[in-house]
Amino acid sequence: MDKTIRFSVVLAALLTTTGALAASSIELEPAHNDPGNINSLQRGARNFMNYCAGCHSAKYVRFNTLGRDLNLSEDQLIENLMFNAEQVFDTIQATMPLDDAARWFGSAPPDMSLMARARGTDYVYNYLRGFYLDPDSPTGVDNRVLEGTSMPNVLWELQGYQKAIFSEDDHGIEAFDRFEQVTPGTMSAEEFDDFVRDTVNFLEYIGEPVRSTRRVLGVWVLMFLIVFLIIASMLKKQVWKDVT
Amino acid sequence: MARIESEIGTPKGGFMKWIDDRFPFTETMRYHITEYYAAKSFNWWYIFGVLAFVVLVIQIASGIFLTMNYKPSAEEAFASVEYIMRDVEWGWLIRYMHSTGASFFFIVVYLHMYRAMMYGSYQKPRELIWIIGMLIFFILFAEAFAGYLLPWGQMSYWGAQVIISLFGAIPFVGEALVEIIRGDYSITDITLNRFFALHVIVLPLALISMVFVHIVAVHHVGSNNPDGIEIKDHKGPDGVPLDGIAFHPYHTTKDLVGIIVFLMIFSAAMFFAPDMGGYFLEHANFEPANVMATPEHIAPVWYFTPFYAILRAVPNKLWGAILMAGSVLIPVFLPWLDRSRVKSIRYRGWIYKMALGLFVISFVVLGWLGMQPAEGIYVMLARIFSVIYFGFFLLMPYYTTIDKTKPVPDRVVYHG
Repeated sequence: MDKTIRFSVVLAALLTTTGALAASSIELEPAHNDPGNINSLQRGARNFMNYCAGCHSAKYVRFNTLGRDLNLSEDQLIENLMFNAEQVFDTIQATMPLDDAARWFGSAPPDMSLMARARGTDYVYNYLRGFYLDPDSPTGVDNRVLEGTSMPNVLWELQGYQKAIFSEDDHGIEAFDRFEQVTPGTMSAEEFDDFVRDTVNFLEYIGEPVRSTRRVLGVWVLMFLIVFLIIASMLKKQVWKDVT
Repeated sequence: MARIESEIGTPKGGFMKWIDDRFPFTETMRYHITEYYAAKSFNWWYIFGVLAFVVLVIQIASGIFLTMNYKPSAEEAFASVEYIMRDVEWGWLIRYMHSTGASFFFIVVYLHMYRAMMYGSYQKPRELIWIIGMLIFFILFAEAFAGYLLPWGQMSYWGAQVIISLFGAIPFVGEALVEIIRGDYSITDITLNRFFALHVIVLPLALISMVFVHIVAVHHVGSNNPDGIEIKDHKGPDGVPLDGIAFHPYHTTKDLVGIIVFLMIFSAAMFFAPDMGGYFLEHANFEPANVMATPEHIAPVWYFTPFYAILRAVPNKLWGAILMAGSVLIPVFLPWLDRSRVKSIRYRGWIYKMALGLFVISFVVLGWLGMQPAEGIYVMLARIFSVIYFGFFLLMPYYTTIDKTKPVPDRVVYHG
């Protein structure tokens, strides 16, 4: 049996080699979101439908899937989330037509269904908090995470405006140092971080709605296999008794 | 040694006789299952052959269900995969099974090949088994490559772009060949369609046929064992090898234990980390293919990266492609590169052990380097380890001749 264990350890070591593949070269603050927190996901859904879905679709996500996973009744869905949708099985579509959006902003707002899964939650978390004043930009702001982004700072009311302070390092190269608040928003810095965290949490959830289901099922499958393993080991021992 | 008598093999009349007069059913069952004798001294390294077969079954079964819902068109492919993941009942399980299975296929096959290298399973009289196995490996490469284009994500598209363009490095016919593979002037809907045909029909057919031939060849010659001794040299009065035990029920019950342990590891990956941190499912592949936006960093999936690192270690495209092809092909010649008189690593000298160790290190490091950007120290490291990789094979006729081997015992070592 200990040979079996050793063999599993070898395989496991093979699978979990050094770290994950880095997505971005900028240092990102961790989002610390928890996709198991239904309340946070509900708030995130509200944030998304109020602040994002005007321009961004989540075209693979159905409202009734949200209802099922976030404990929302049909009425609650219709009341609170379905501003431009007719049926609960509809998908989340942007209110703004894509063609117009592409003309107005220079590029069409991307679909959000898989954004957190493709870029990572930390990326989105830092992006949404990373807008700073830039008078040279057509939207009046630039972003630390995605320089030259064509997205305006839609959360400015909540966050207020901030400017970026750059400083020179030892080699005389200008590098981002910190943000400095210029005008206050309706939220405190902490409240705003929580707001973004909930939104990012929701984005992670819609990236893979089945995430929690698969984890629960996985535990059952493993428990079944453990029982099966015990029986199979006994069978093997029984059959091999006469092998000398 | 008493043996459990199987149902199959007992004298029969009636229905079984009717069948056996028309089809060699009992004979085949005996030859391949109940009276196929393999050494009782198999260790767990001998599980990977049967595991490769298990993964093949998983891939075919899950693949059939994916085909029922997948749309092989550039317009719809990406969305249809998300449809499978979100709207098809149990679609997510089927898809994760297939994507996890792809990586596990290579894990298992690489370990299966390493087992053969440790115990000299490619040596006489098993050269053909090894060559057929290498053929299966090549088909598996093509199968995985074609399959990776199908989700039509950014990495699907750009990875295929990079690899297919390599054929363009071939003098004279290169450009024409690239056009034939793509069926177009760039990777388009047409490419996706033909890759789908290759992935679900042509290559699986080839794969299954070759696996069949591989197993027939193994059963004809007999399995090797950790001592590298022919068990057929010592037969009892009943004609059964003294150190052999029947595939069924002995090896089957032992394999079952191994299969369940494997399924536990497989399930753990599939249910708890289907992306495997970007190794099994690359993050960038969750963005649909975009002809206008080249990703910053194009890396193939992990199982291709050792060879990809060798490609990029060479500054010249044609020579890079030649060396990459060479690195994939060169193991075919192992049976003739190895001049040692013993098969198993147990009875080889320190030189071969060191060479094999260096080979494993170079393979793993090259795999890691293939995921890093091709710049600075990485390129230099890739060159060093490419030299070690090829050195293992090309110097083998020399170092296996001078290596001091230990005496090989007459019978297999078995501790019960």
